[in-house]
Amino acid sequence: MQRVVAEYISDLGAEVGYQKFYPQSDQFNPLHFFSLPDPGTLQEKVNCSSFAINVIGIARAPRGDGKEAIVLVTPYNFEDADLLDALSVGLTYSVFSLLTQVTWLAKDIIWLVADSRCGEYSSVAAWLRDYQTPVFGSSSAADSSTCDSSNTFYGLKDSSVIERKITDNFRRAGTMAAALVIKVIDKSEPFEDTLSLYAEASNGQMPNLDLINIVNYLAVHRQGLHVKVQKLTSLINAKWLTVLAQIFEYVGVIARRLNPQWKFGIPAAEYVDGTATLASSLYNQALGVPTGPHGAFRDYQVDAVTLEFSPKVYSMSKGRHKEFLVQGGRLIEGVIRSVNNLLEKFHQSFFLYLLTSPGRFVSVGVYMIPFALLVTPLPIMAASLYTKTNNLDSDAETNDLSIYQKSFTWLNAAKKVLLVHLWGAIVSLLPYAICHLGVSTPAMNLAVWSMLSVLCYLLFCLILGVRSAKSGKAQWAVLKSATLSAVFIGLCLMSVVNFATAEFGALLLVPMCLVIYPLKSDLHAGGLMNFSRMACNLALVLIGFPPAAFILLKGALDGFHSIYVGDFWIWVESLWAWNSATYLYITMIHLPCWLLCLHVLLHTR
Amino acid sequence: MELLRRPIFSLLLLLSLPISFPSISLGSAVQGEDGHREEEFTEELLLKPLPDRKVLAHFHFENTAQRTQSYGRHHHLFPKAISQLVKKFAVREMELSFTQGRWNYESWGGFDPISSSNAKPPGVELWATFDVPPDQVDASWKNLTHSLSGLFCASINFLESSATYSAPEWAFQPASGNLRYGTLPREAVCTENLTPWLKLLPCRDKAGISSLMDRPSIYRGFYHSQRLRLRPAKIIADGADSGIVLEQTLTVVLQPNGFRTKSSHSSENKIPPTWAMSSLLGRKIEGRCVLAKSSNVYLQLERGLVAELNALKENQEFVGTTVLNDDLIENPAFEISVKPDWVLKEVGNLPTGSSSLMYGYSIGKSTDSGPFDLHLTWKSPMVWSCPRPPLHASRFLMGSGNERGAIAISLRSTGLNEGLYGSNKDKESCVLPVNVFQVVPWYIKVYFHTIKVFIDEQRKAVPDVIEKIRVSPSEDKVLPGVMEMVLKLPCGVKSAAMTLEFDKGFLHIDEYPPDANQGFDIPSAIITFPNVEAAMHFNQFSSSDKSPLLSRFREKNPVQSYTEVLLVPLTTPDFSMPYNVITITCTVFALYFGSLLNVLRKRASEEERLLRAKGRSSPLSRLLAKLRRKKEVEPQSSTTSSSLFSSKLVVKIILVAAIAICWQYFG
Repeated sequence: MQRVVAEYISDLGAEVGYQKFYPQSDQFNPLHFFSLPDPGTLQEKVNCSSFAINVIGIARAPRGDGKEAIVLVTPYNFEDADLLDALSVGLTYSVFSLLTQVTWLAKDIIWLVADSRCGEYSSVAAWLRDYQTPVFGSSSAADSSTCDSSNTFYGLKDSSVIERKITDNFRRAGTMAAALVIKVIDKSEPFEDTLSLYAEASNGQMPNLDLINIVNYLAVHRQGLHVKVQKLTSLINAKWLTVLAQIFEYVGVIARRLNPQWKFGIPAAEYVDGTATLASSLYNQALGVPTGPHGAFRDYQVDAVTLEFSPKVYSMSKGRHKEFLVQGGRLIEGVIRSVNNLLEKFHQSFFLYLLTSPGRFVSVGVYMIPFALLVTPLPIMAASLYTKTNNLDSDAETNDLSIYQKSFTWLNAAKKVLLVHLWGAIVSLLPYAICHLGVSTPAMNLAVWSMLSVLCYLLFCLILGVRSAKSGKAQWAVLKSATLSAVFIGLCLMSVVNFATAEFGALLLVPMCLVIYPLKSDLHAGGLMNFSRMACNLALVLIGFPPAAFILLKGALDGFHSIYVGDFWIWVESLWAWNSATYLYITMIHLPCWLLCLHVLLHTR
Repeated sequence: MELLRRPIFSLLLLLSLPISFPSISLGSAVQGEDGHREEEFTEELLLKPLPDRKVLAHFHFENTAQRTQSYGRHHHLFPKAISQLVKKFAVREMELSFTQGRWNYESWGGFDPISSSNAKPPGVELWATFDVPPDQVDASWKNLTHSLSGLFCASINFLESSATYSAPEWAFQPASGNLRYGTLPREAVCTENLTPWLKLLPCRDKAGISSLMDRPSIYRGFYHSQRLRLRPAKIIADGADSGIVLEQTLTVVLQPNGFRTKSSHSSENKIPPTWAMSSLLGRKIEGRCVLAKSSNVYLQLERGLVAELNALKENQEFVGTTVLNDDLIENPAFEISVKPDWVLKEVGNLPTGSSSLMYGYSIGKSTDSGPFDLHLTWKSPMVWSCPRPPLHASRFLMGSGNERGAIAISLRSTGLNEGLYGSNKDKESCVLPVNVFQVVPWYIKVYFHTIKVFIDEQRKAVPDVIEKIRVSPSEDKVLPGVMEMVLKLPCGVKSAAMTLEFDKGFLHIDEYPPDANQGFDIPSAIITFPNVEAAMHFNQFSSSDKSPLLSRFREKNPVQSYTEVLLVPLTTPDFSMPYNVITITCTVFALYFGSLLNVLRKRASEEERLLRAKGRSSPLSRLLAKLRRKKEVEPQSSTTSSSLFSSKLVVKIILVAAIAICWQYFG
């Protein structure tokens, strides 16, 4: 099958190469979060029996200097492919065959037919790894020693035709300017041909907005396609959101009546739609897991986007493929032409944004403001709590020495915060050991993980004596102020790494941290106010616990009947498999802060 | 006496000019009064079908001038601009090339003289050697770049800066310290560069072979390289001052029309497209340039093609249809419209066994029978391969991110070196030397100690592989990094790779070019195979004896190939940053001076007294007080101060909001 594709590409006068790679097994590597995995170490873990072969065609720009290239990616399962897979290859082939003939090309075109038998992402990532960071020497030596140096390529070679430029050496074409991943799926769209855009790469990184704008503009205004981005469908049907949208619409209408220049009213349907899209965009970014093969490109600073075509139902059934090919082909050609004509690559600072619809976005300058407002109470409250406790104590004793001692009360709290965070770091490393234990079911894994965590925590308490003997009157307040500052620092750091995660985290953590108050004191006081605060505290602490939050969110979105305990483990596993910083956030910031809040809540005296 | 004689002499010359003029226009070469050759001009065109169905057209114009005193500063045919340049800057040798597109070493060949000396890197490449003392070489180079820049309407003057040119010593060409080399990979090439180049020809593009240069069809090609080469003339009979030879070549790779008319997946596709000179170049040769000594057109058939034709011929003979000549003019594969005036066959030790053929046409004769046009009609499918260099060189960047990276040069065997060496020598002692010459701009900070060499995927110690190396490290904003090295590879090498790590430097804001976000170029590296010579000897024929093109072919130059130009993305600042900085600075200053004035204006003691009178304050104001490092003394009862404070604040906020609303409403 690869040979057929390669022959077709070669007949167009383009260069063809094969790339063989071994898929990697998902392993927990604690040190690989922000760096690309070292290719040398990856080689040892390959599974020799299964390998995949990518086909790469390169059309050289006739008059270009070959410094830059545009990449087209078509995932294709060579083992069992259906009609739609074939259609996506056909679509890209038609575009590629056009591009081999045109004279306006200034950048080379690389067409990667990615063998998706072991995942679309991994095949593209394997190709990119070979393209950007090839390993000389050691790799193939290890390759031949561990796996038997198979003659896969010889089977592919067509010996009879000499003139074909099919070789197994890796072909390259300059610096990549942009990449498009092209897929065709059947979503049974009833009315129009639609185009779905996927852009989120790992850790919430986005391609330059201009690329999305080009695709959107050309698709809507030139080809009349219906462009979509992902939405949270459960939000669209939510009653409360509809009501909210109607209120907003009403306010907008009133405002316009007051002053015709005030135009902030949005139609209710549009508002609901935008909110659903925004929530999905935020969720995908917060997860830190790429939404498609385009995510692999972002690791190498290449802007990439996945275009998922889904044709009309009747056009597919009535065999009107040609119309679809023309429409999709024109769109891809237009996008390539736009990128090709650019002298510089996309560079203005539109990398930080959230999409609310294919044509609208929320920029960083706007979405940072709510986050900043959410986070600023933390240091203020911490400072006020600290000064208050100091003053309370100084009221009682005016001895100079005791004031001096009091000024160090924070040390104990800080020590505690530090230790709990250390515990969090250890918890984050525990799955590495669990992976080697070889426990099979996710639920068991989760149980082992939580057991070990608790055990670890108890050990900490025993050895280092987290509970200090003489707890002052306002010990909890100092602890709370230390927790608040730790949360503040953690959230600010995370907002730099992945804003969406920090936003979600802030939504959960900030109310909990601000409201938290010892249970005992509330019980002693026993007023209505105290009681409501107690209830509030308990609810927030419950929501703040990561597994609980996960299950609640999942239940709210998918319904509670489908919840399985192991789901959380599976989710966490997917996080570290994709090197998501969200995992680090959960274990090293969220969980310790939650535990500290629990400490405050259960504070005696 | 000297002073007196000179004006008289020039006066005589002036007088004799009208008399000698008709003789110039009639005679092919100008005969001096003392009988020996003075100036010569020849024009030649070589056409060659390429394996990937394209056609190579190589124009070769050569202008020779003996350096004599007979005409003083004047010449008959030799362009004055060039001769002045040569005299003024004491240029011994020079080569200037303008190139668009890339030479495809895999399918257009890399082993024959044309590809080895005419395949150039994209953009402008200039090198020159000077006949001046070593300390004046740089000054001469700078002046030369400026003069050439004016002469060819190109930004060659950017090569003046010492950060752009280098002085290779042995890896590029053997030179004794007075060679300078510089490239501009981003220079765009167009007709504005061709016109001044054509002006140097005696007939311009009005007559002769140069009249074929129809601009649209030339620039429609896949590769376009115009070259100007100055060489000292070698033929010195009486040991006098050697003359100078100006060699102007234009190499174009063209796509014959009608390529896509046939269906593209069947076997018919393998029939190379039929072409004619008029369809290829858009014009016909109307007649020779009368000033030219010789005016020839050649059609070259490559070794691979000749071998295929011979095989085909043997098949045909086996069937017994026709008996063919050795010169293959009549063969079953193609048909030529004009019978060649002579046929040349390659002689010498040939690696592949078959020799290439050259059909020659003299333009002088064909003018009598109308304009000259050559048709090549293919009749049967033909697939052949071209002579490739022993190792195919490619270069690429490794790594990601804006901090560091690596340059890798990979050499892959094309299977030819076994034929070259495998037969006559044993494999252990056989060594294939490869020269690598690479210039790296200063902002790519290459660490030369990180050289790693891999041969056949095995890492080798550097001293084992590198025979000789010369490195001149870059100096910020002054000198580029230059690396010259000789690799000795075993003859049976399958692949070799060399990596060099680098850090990306930072430029000053005004050093960025206007298109900084495209990235920065690393000029092509030059890979030379000193032991492999790209020479073609053709059997002697009376007229070919004097053909400069064929004598160029006969020269024993080492095979040379250029690697790709690389594009390195560097960290670029946001160029709107200065504006942002200005606004932020202004805001900070405004805040600072505002608060300073506020503090200076306030009476601290009075405020304290006020506070004491008002008693305990809110936690926020206490915090503020603490920040001001003032101990609050005895906070007493009454909460009026805090409410007063907050009510004041609220009033202020409401005032500001009201103003804003008014502004919005009425503005």
